[in-house]
Amino acid sequence: MAVAVSRRQAATYPRIFGRRIRLRAPSPQYYFLIPMAVFSILPIVYIVSTAFKPLEELLLFPPPFFVRRPSLDNFTDLLLATNALAVPFSRYLFNSIFVTLTTVLLQVLVCSMCAYPLSKARGLPGTPFIFGMIIAALMFAPEVTAIPRYLVVQKLGLIDSYAALILPGLAWAYGLFMMKQFMDNSIPPELIEAARVDGASEWTIFWRVVMPNVAPAWNTLIIFGFIAHWNDSFSPLVFTRSEAMKTVSVAMIALTNGAGSIARQGAAAAAAFLMTAPTLIVFLLRQAKVIQTMAHSGIKS
Amino acid sequence: MATRPEVFVPARPAVQAQRSALARFWAKWGIYYLFMAPFLALFAVFVVAPVLTAAYLSFTYFNVLEAPRWIGWSNYKLLFLEDDVFLIAIANTLRFATLTGPVGFFMSFIFAWLINPLKMKTLLALCFYAPSITAAVTMGVVWKIVFSGDRYGYLNNWLLRIGAIDEPYQWLAEQASIMPVIMFVALWMSMGTGFLVFLAGLQTVPSDLYEAGKVDGISNPLQEVFYITLPMIKPQLLFGSVMAVVQGFSVFGIATALAGLPSPLYAGHTIVAHLYDFAFIRFEMGYAATVAVILFIWTFGLGRLLMRIFSSKNEY
Repeated sequence: MAVAVSRRQAATYPRIFGRRIRLRAPSPQYYFLIPMAVFSILPIVYIVSTAFKPLEELLLFPPPFFVRRPSLDNFTDLLLATNALAVPFSRYLFNSIFVTLTTVLLQVLVCSMCAYPLSKARGLPGTPFIFGMIIAALMFAPEVTAIPRYLVVQKLGLIDSYAALILPGLAWAYGLFMMKQFMDNSIPPELIEAARVDGASEWTIFWRVVMPNVAPAWNTLIIFGFIAHWNDSFSPLVFTRSEAMKTVSVAMIALTNGAGSIARQGAAAAAAFLMTAPTLIVFLLRQAKVIQTMAHSGIKS
Repeated sequence: MATRPEVFVPARPAVQAQRSALARFWAKWGIYYLFMAPFLALFAVFVVAPVLTAAYLSFTYFNVLEAPRWIGWSNYKLLFLEDDVFLIAIANTLRFATLTGPVGFFMSFIFAWLINPLKMKTLLALCFYAPSITAAVTMGVVWKIVFSGDRYGYLNNWLLRIGAIDEPYQWLAEQASIMPVIMFVALWMSMGTGFLVFLAGLQTVPSDLYEAGKVDGISNPLQEVFYITLPMIKPQLLFGSVMAVVQGFSVFGIATALAGLPSPLYAGHTIVAHLYDFAFIRFEMGYAATVAVILFIWTFGLGRLLMRIFSSKNEY
């Protein structure tokens, strides 16, 4: 009976390119979520649409939300402006990519390595104190620690080096707190105990048992870290002196804040678009991994 | 066979007694300290040292150019007894944080939970996270057009057209509307950190738990949330709530992007805006550090409270 019904239904599916397409009413959540999502993504739409606006549309007031006659003028303007830069644009790009990737990878590694004992080594002396300090660090307004941090970087003789751009960001209280919270509940102690009985070293346990089980956590952390460091213009402005050490975020400010800022509005819009694009790509790549991991980690207790 | 243990057994405790307490301690815990060493070393140099320096600065007069001069508690006295603007900033920040903190936290969880079972979730996650990707300044630009005080502002234009108002309303200049507008935009931005962390947390809940729950008589999704999902992502909830508190009380970027610094009649002035004003506009670093210490004590107290609420006694 049930089989007969489903067969009759199957026969009524419309065919597109010879395949039966299953048309189902979407889940009720969509009716609520899609309008909210559209509302939420407006700033990205605005940035993209503004990047393609010709100058006369940029100067309209009130600015139209959507571009009417899209043009690539802004991008050519930006490209022309880069000729005036002290060093080739590729140098800024290299600095940005190198600093961001190194920082994010080391950051995730350093934070995860510290989170593992804090979460899983029961009775390790000093744990509550260390964890308390990390939470405290999270709550101290970063605005006032900026100058003392500059003094530290200067005392260490790191000014104007890649180390000055990378090292201060590695001990990330936020990242450690997050990794520890994920390890607390996602990894059953029996799993670690079993690996230990099998003769695995702590290092092996960390790489083979702990990290695969908290893959959603570090993939999310990569998103946070990438966005923060890619957009960061404060560290390169403060910690480096020579033009060859600056990053794209700084170059973009120089390009768009230059003389005659009205004429540069188009370049600024193009710059905003180009700065946002990599973060969107990294987000999509990593978020897809966050969601995938569920299917792969079948070793839950 | 039987003689062997007799030879070796007495030797063992003797060897162990010879090893110092330190060596035994190291053998047991050393590897863990090595795991933590890179973080702790960097943390001490680049975080603890600057924070302690800043705390010390709160007892000094420091204008960045001259060496700090010790002045004891006078910054603190000044802050509470004579700085009326700081009291306004506290009131505004409290209003902001008590509303946007909890509401943002619950919204983040509900949205993460709603989109988790859907096929389009990566795309939806991108949409909801989008406001956090773009910088506060960019969003300030977009929202300023919406809330612009003339008749061309999107909101005024629309309200005039439907006849709700007769003349344009100064959304970002009237004392009564500045804070609500900031809160509205902040809520729109609130699907940030917490949202992504909850979404990731939901991935770590083993799916067989839900099946086991069904066998044990869980019949509706609401029961599933309360008996399985929430207990399983308790650590992520703690993280999300602490971040909501920290972000709520350190609101600054979006407030100044919308209302300016200083805002009209200080209606959009927040604690961190006050701090920023003294640190980078008046260059009174000592006073700014005092504001930071007060803010720190307050958020840290709340953080401890949250940790007590979410402390997971039912760990594996």
